[in-house]
Amino acid sequence: MALSLTKEFTKGLWAEIPPFRLVLGLCPTLAVTKSLENGIGMGIALTFVLVCSNLFISLLRNIIPSKVRIACFIVVVATFVTIVELLMQAYTYELFLTLGIFIPLIVVNCIPLGRAEAFAYKNGPLSSIADGLGLGIGYGLSLSALASVREILGNGTLTVWGGTPAFTMSPDFLPFKFLLTAPGAFVGLGLMLCLMNLIGKK
Amino acid sequence: MGDLFVLVISCIFINNILLAQYLGNCPFLGTSKKMETAIGMAMAVIFVLVLAGGLTWILNEYMLKPMDVVYLQTLSFILVIAALVQFVEMFLKKSIPALYGSLGIYLPLITTNCAVLGVCLINIKEEYTFIESLVTSFAYAAGFGLALVLFAGVRERILLARVPKPLQDVSIGLITAGIIAMTFMSFKGMV
Repeated sequence: MALSLTKEFTKGLWAEIPPFRLVLGLCPTLAVTKSLENGIGMGIALTFVLVCSNLFISLLRNIIPSKVRIACFIVVVATFVTIVELLMQAYTYELFLTLGIFIPLIVVNCIPLGRAEAFAYKNGPLSSIADGLGLGIGYGLSLSALASVREILGNGTLTVWGGTPAFTMSPDFLPFKFLLTAPGAFVGLGLMLCLMNLIGKK
Repeated sequence: MGDLFVLVISCIFINNILLAQYLGNCPFLGTSKKMETAIGMAMAVIFVLVLAGGLTWILNEYMLKPMDVVYLQTLSFILVIAALVQFVEMFLKKSIPALYGSLGIYLPLITTNCAVLGVCLINIKEEYTFIESLVTSFAYAAGFGLALVLFAGVRERILLARVPKPLQDVSIGLITAGIIAMTFMSFKGMV
């Protein structure tokens, strides 16, 4: 039991890490990775939604009729997204403003819905939580990695939390502003995907 | 009238939903391998987005605001979009089978296309009027279609090229999208 739980958890961190192995949730990956802080915030928000929706769908899996399951999944996911939205508005207002519409858009981010359909609807609550936690943290890590590269090279700083940079490059460093623009996001993610393919040949 | 024209241009080119606002990337990469599917997806998005943009605006103005439950926006909008897509699908199947034949398989995908929900939320956030919401919904969808069709054209050529192994498929797709996004950046400052 404990062994299979660990397996469900760790697969999200490497073997099926989104958005590299499991190509879902690309939009926020591109949009919020201008600074590490945003990446971490988005990762936490998604992990919360994913764990809660996985748990609830797995508890309700015997009640939800399979014909209307997608609609039920959407309602469950949207409920938790609304909760996250309200929580962030109350406690981390600045972050809520920078992430903007990408918080409500977690509903259509595909990862919570995809996991509901592919995993939580077929498995028990404990392994569903492990699955959600693993994938959520994996997604957070991917976002943080991409965000760190973009922030350090594009802006010359690294902000972990709270808006003030924890680390600043020397003043001689010329920031590579291209990375902070939309094309930079696409190219950056493309190159990172390429790097992942190089390291982890299956 | 002039303002609406400016709005259309800025939604299609300057704030292109795909390349400048990062929305709708999953169908962008998923349906752009062939020109045919790209055109089908683009038409389906235009069709649904105009309807959804109008409906969600009415819902927000006449139900959520008077009842003071604006925090239910996300939940109610996604339900409206899901129901709308289902309804459109049934309607087309019954009355316009020819159109259903070409758009049918793309319709279910649209529920989870974040461009649709995204544009509805942007319309509310920017406080557009009803007419402006309809116009921006159409323009954003047209911009999505334009980018998708352009990208599909490039991607059909990439299939013939010899791409290094680790870069294949999604990776080269994203880099190509980056280059197309760069060309769209040159529209900045036009309006």
